[in-house]
Amino acid sequence: MADKILDCKGLSCPEPVLRTKMAINELEAGQILEMSATDSGSANDIAAWAKRTGNELLESSEADGVYTFTIKKG
Amino acid sequence: MSEETPKRIAIIAVHGSLDMAYPPLILASTAAAMEMEAGIFFTFYGLDIINKHKNKSLGVSPIANPAAPMPVPNIIGMLPGMTAVATGMMKNWMGKQNVASIESLLEMCRMGNVKLIGCQMTMDVMGVKESDLIEGVEVGGAATFLDYATDASIQLSF
Repeated sequence: MADKILDCKGLSCPEPVLRTKMAINELEAGQILEMSATDSGSANDIAAWAKRTGNELLESSEADGVYTFTIKKG
Repeated sequence: MSEETPKRIAIIAVHGSLDMAYPPLILASTAAAMEMEAGIFFTFYGLDIINKHKNKSLGVSPIANPAAPMPVPNIIGMLPGMTAVATGMMKNWMGKQNVASIESLLEMCRMGNVKLIGCQMTMDVMGVKESDLIEGVEVGGAATFLDYATDASIQLSF
């Protein structure tokens, strides 16, 4: 399903955002990145980052302290 | 959402302590990841952050910091070695949270093309040479920074 999987679990702000950006750079428009993180700030941060960079946050969820994001490259 | 002109953030880093080195580097690297142009002017003690002989040993003072997770009375903080103790404690806390090191944040800033400006006047006063600074630093003065900041939608000073 996802074209790329990125594990940012255990990393603190700002690394999940920085690594997400680097991973998105490697994808083509329309491709999907799935990122997981344990930084609770990343729920808001990834949404803000996606809004500003024109990438689409398709899904954002949390289970057992792990936040999972599905992002479509814009 | 690539608009014609990218948004710009201009930051001034004045302090050379470990805790004060983090915010400008975190904000600048994140701004770059948000497709903004970011620049930091390192002046006065802030120059230590990009001084390759000093930026691995930035410290935290235990004096006059009631917000420290474990506040120390000033009279104790004055004792020899207490700065090293406070610095060690902070590095330990940050390590537990896996916070990136100053070096790796600088690396991420460079990868994001963050403009790093070293203050020429500070270099002259403190006897710092361009070869003492990390790679990729541009040296300039107040006018260089103001020229950059004039077109910035966000300006911050730390």
